[in-house]
Amino acid sequence: MKKRKKITLFDVVVHIISGILLVMVLYPLIVVVSSSFSDPALVATGKIVLLPKGINIEGYKALLGNRDIVTGYANAIFYTVFGTIINLIVTLPAGYALTKNKVPGRNLFMTLFMITMYFSGGLIPTFLLVNSLGLYNTRLILLIWGAFSTYNCIICRSFFAAMPTELEEAAEIDGCNPLRSFIQIILPLSKALLGVMVLYFGVAHWNSYFSAMIYIKDDAMQPLQVFLRRILILAQTAAMNVEEGGEYAAAMAEREALIRYAVIVVSSAPLLIVYPFLQKYFDKGVLIGSVKG
Amino acid sequence: MNKKNKKGNGKAKSQSLKTRIWKSRFYYLMLLPAVAYVLIFNYAPMYGLQIAFKNYKFSLGIMGSKWIGFRNFTDFFTSYSFPQLMENTFVLSFYQILIGFPIPIIVALVLNELKGKFKKITQTVLYAPHFISMVVLVGIMTTMLSPSQGVVNTLLESIGLERIYFMGSSKYFRHLYVWSGVWQNMGWSAIVYLAALAGVDPALHEAADIDGATRMQKILHINLPTIMPTIVIMLILRMGQIASVGYEKVYLMQNNLNVSTAEVISTYVYKRGIVNMNYSFSTAIGLFNNVVNVTMLLISNKISKKISGSGLF
Repeated sequence: MKKRKKITLFDVVVHIISGILLVMVLYPLIVVVSSSFSDPALVATGKIVLLPKGINIEGYKALLGNRDIVTGYANAIFYTVFGTIINLIVTLPAGYALTKNKVPGRNLFMTLFMITMYFSGGLIPTFLLVNSLGLYNTRLILLIWGAFSTYNCIICRSFFAAMPTELEEAAEIDGCNPLRSFIQIILPLSKALLGVMVLYFGVAHWNSYFSAMIYIKDDAMQPLQVFLRRILILAQTAAMNVEEGGEYAAAMAEREALIRYAVIVVSSAPLLIVYPFLQKYFDKGVLIGSVKG
Repeated sequence: MNKKNKKGNGKAKSQSLKTRIWKSRFYYLMLLPAVAYVLIFNYAPMYGLQIAFKNYKFSLGIMGSKWIGFRNFTDFFTSYSFPQLMENTFVLSFYQILIGFPIPIIVALVLNELKGKFKKITQTVLYAPHFISMVVLVGIMTTMLSPSQGVVNTLLESIGLERIYFMGSSKYFRHLYVWSGVWQNMGWSAIVYLAALAGVDPALHEAADIDGATRMQKILHINLPTIMPTIVIMLILRMGQIASVGYEKVYLMQNNLNVSTAEVISTYVYKRGIVNMNYSFSTAIGLFNNVVNVTMLLISNKISKKISGSGLF
């Protein structure tokens, strides 16, 4: 489109800044991956500065033998898959219905949703409510928790509002009800939106730990992040406080370090693998509508 | 009722409200799950907010517990931890806005100047940390900054400095919190501005070229003004959260050693409420926090309307 110009000082500066940003973001990730494939003794003494040393996969083997991790992983997959499906069923049709001017009370519903973005009952009243509904320590609460998101609903609404209405109008004349035309006509044309919503909701489920920490008591139902917190943070902080423990602490630290990096890689890999495929949708205006409200 | 009629278009006006509602029945069906969810999980807890003014006893329930007026609030305001909680929360929040708000804008302006494959790769990499969970983020920090095993301390020692226990120091908590947030979100938060930059009128750039403007001048006088409305809206939204430092990350970063700067209102609510079961007291703190937030949102919205003529509502 444009003529190729000479490389200017400006270009150089812009590329240097980008380069620094890239290194800043990538360095910690590379160290983690390298450490996960390295000799635990070298990891435990902080010898892995960039590339793996003493390559082995002991950490990953140890992970498979760790019951907590296996349970947590299975639970996280369950919560993410079914939780996301519930999210889509609740949020997408609502976003679509809100685009229809002819629906009486549309603005009332919109206001009802918007208020929840700024005002809430807060942690304790919500906790008491979940308790009184008998949802405490059930898998169900983690599936339906956050089933509706006003923010994502607004993104959906902007997306649907930008679609041409001729198709549904034609379908309506043929006697197709709006619910059916939404499922059979609108949704198949909304792959970009679906991709982004699956990603947003899926990531939120996969990464959440706080609701599980509050609402789930049994280890058998805990998702991966809760176990990760124990391994990555609680164990390490505890180890620091008995730093003087000498050799025993050192041996513990080594075994800990063995799975610590592998677990980071294994728990983050699914998202980091999926997301580049959906990235093409991000900049394409799916988000811009959300800002304008 | 009148309001609803006003909103209808000309054709619909001739129909009665009843027919219009009946005609919209499928749309109501689509809204039903969302409305049900919001009423149960968002609005029912608001009803429960009344325990902030009560002495809540589990056996008596929300309705049966005794009213005690504002005592929970006055207890909190006069408590020993109040000044420190406020300071920790607001300092952390302001620091976060001061650093975390402008950086994504700069990142977007820089990314916008890149082209082709390099741009694509840079974007992919910069967005990636957004998808890493809080637990893993804090886990990576804890490990990399560990005084005995962490690579950061290895590097510090190799250049002749002392090893530092970063995570266990109240001095470093705020910096770690804010800058790890920058690491995680500078790319992702830039998307909104990148989308706005895509709307810059190319004719403006062509005109500037004819006038001999440099690229830096074009950024400052064309790109930046174009995305200014977006910046303003994002800032209002951000100001509305000034009193709410999310508990998720702070709670993960907290330990006995750094708690003097790391305790913020939301984590305090969690500990006093869920852990110590002081339900009424922490509900009152949560409510106070929420009211401050909404007030800040309304004020910043008003200021923005006055200055730039645009606001959220």
